[in-house]
Amino acid sequence: MAIKQFVVASFQDEELLVPAVKKVRAVGYKLYDVFTPFPVHGLDAAMGLRQTALHTAGFIYGALGTATALLGMSWIFVVSWPLDIGGKPHFPLPAFVPITFELTVLFSAVGTTLTFCWLNQIMPGVKKHIFHPRQSDDRFVMAIEVTPRTHVDEVKQFLLQQGAEEVTVQTAEEGWWYGFFSKKEKYEQTNPQWSVQ
Amino acid sequence: MEERFVIPRRFRNTSLAFIAIGVLAFLVGLLALNGDVGVRRFWSVLVFNSLFFLYISAAALFVYCAASLAQASWHIAYKRVIEAIMVNIPVFAAIAFIVLMSVLIGHKSFIYPWTDPQVLAHDPIVAGKTPFLNVKLFVIFTVIIMLGWSLLSLKLRQISLQEDQAERGATRFLWKTIFFSAVFIVFYAVTISVSSWHWLMSIAARWKSTMYGWYIFAGSFISLMTVISLFVIAIKNSGQLSLVNKEHLHDLGKFIFAFSIFWTYIWFAQYFLFWYGNIPLESQYFRPQLWGHYRFWFLLDLVINFAVPFLLLMTRDAKRNYTTVTLIALIVFFGHWLDFYLMVVPTVLPTQGVIGWYEIGITLGFVGLMIWLVSRALARAPLYPLNHPYLKEAIIHKSDWE
Repeated sequence: MAIKQFVVASFQDEELLVPAVKKVRAVGYKLYDVFTPFPVHGLDAAMGLRQTALHTAGFIYGALGTATALLGMSWIFVVSWPLDIGGKPHFPLPAFVPITFELTVLFSAVGTTLTFCWLNQIMPGVKKHIFHPRQSDDRFVMAIEVTPRTHVDEVKQFLLQQGAEEVTVQTAEEGWWYGFFSKKEKYEQTNPQWSVQ
Repeated sequence: MEERFVIPRRFRNTSLAFIAIGVLAFLVGLLALNGDVGVRRFWSVLVFNSLFFLYISAAALFVYCAASLAQASWHIAYKRVIEAIMVNIPVFAAIAFIVLMSVLIGHKSFIYPWTDPQVLAHDPIVAGKTPFLNVKLFVIFTVIIMLGWSLLSLKLRQISLQEDQAERGATRFLWKTIFFSAVFIVFYAVTISVSSWHWLMSIAARWKSTMYGWYIFAGSFISLMTVISLFVIAIKNSGQLSLVNKEHLHDLGKFIFAFSIFWTYIWFAQYFLFWYGNIPLESQYFRPQLWGHYRFWFLLDLVINFAVPFLLLMTRDAKRNYTTVTLIALIVFFGHWLDFYLMVVPTVLPTQGVIGWYEIGITLGFVGLMIWLVSRALARAPLYPLNHPYLKEAIIHKSDWE
């Protein structure tokens, strides 16, 4: 993944963070991401995130589960191995309903969970650059990506004006990587100039 | 903020026209529906319609009490609409009482076969149920249930109106409401089952179902949610109730969606047991519905009460769209009316039931009566419960935070 420079601001309170996020977008800096220890109401709208497509994915998985259960059982009990069970017809739709329901829920739940992990890039063993050690504890952290047209000092001043507690400039690898060892430490060993300031 | 409900001309005209149609249908039915089939049709339609609207009103009281007990705020912005539906319990209870007592006094044993001494003499299964299914107990339970529902609905309405007169921020009415809500919830939990066994399940006297109370509850609850949605949207269309917005509509849409699935679950759980058991005594109830005269209505009932709301109300945007919710609410309301039709008519008229001028006329009469009563009850009090502690919370309510 690309290695980029970020201006990282940490806030003590979400009441400072949400207006700051709105201002950053209004001014036109490139907001990379925001990290909070708990879900902050209204932050999605402030960040301008579009509505997720996770629901649609969940529906498709569910429909897939319905089809799998109905087609599978129909094939088994009608075509492959017809059995007389209690004098019932070979295609007893009511008897298939509970299994169909279960498989719909199972496919939908597992598929949606995995898609959610994939969209958020979270999985056991997946490593990401951590902008602030307290971003999952008690600090609200905003990362702004530095583009060729960004004046870093201006951004730092701007963020301090919005009530940021501390502002740092970090060079880090974007995205995620896989491995149970920290690739970040390996980077820092081989490239000391990229270490977190 | 202090807003009084002005009954729109359309409400008054529609309701009076519908009531006129209903009375006309009743009178013509009284004269024209003769012979065995005609009399059976006349009474079965009256029984299921009066009970359907009574159960909807009782479900309104249940929603009011459950939400009060949970100290919920989502319904406060249109609390008066729920109240206006629930204070109709005395009226619909009186109508249902007159119909049920006429059935008993007139010895209409085609509705309640267990009142017929000949049936009791020849049918040991029905005779074995006489400790519960007898006229004395039926009348006593009916009186207790209808009086209990009526008095508690009037009491809760009275507390709600007293709150409007009290000083701002008074919480004692909240606690009073919670107390009487708890009383009603316990009473309702027992009476919804007992009333459904006596009033509806005993029509098929040989048959029984352990899911019946739940089935009636689920059906009446979802019918009520469609009725609330339709009233809220209609009142908004007349330019009133402006504090209710898409966030509140989203909640109602979620209720219609979720309880359609709940109703289907109950329906299937009931059907599935009889389908698997395949005992003639039990499956005879479903025979005229599944394989006989009522097959079309039986399958339509499932499609419009499950498939339609499940597929069409699934997305967030559909639940927040006034047109979609109105359309689905109308379809689901008709679906549950049809469901009540199928509870009564196939047993009384196994091969001759129709949905014709009489059925539609009587139903329109009840719908008109409901619109008329609800708009009158709404006009009698301020449109918002101004002193309710949760009113602000309800106005700024968000159904989600996307």
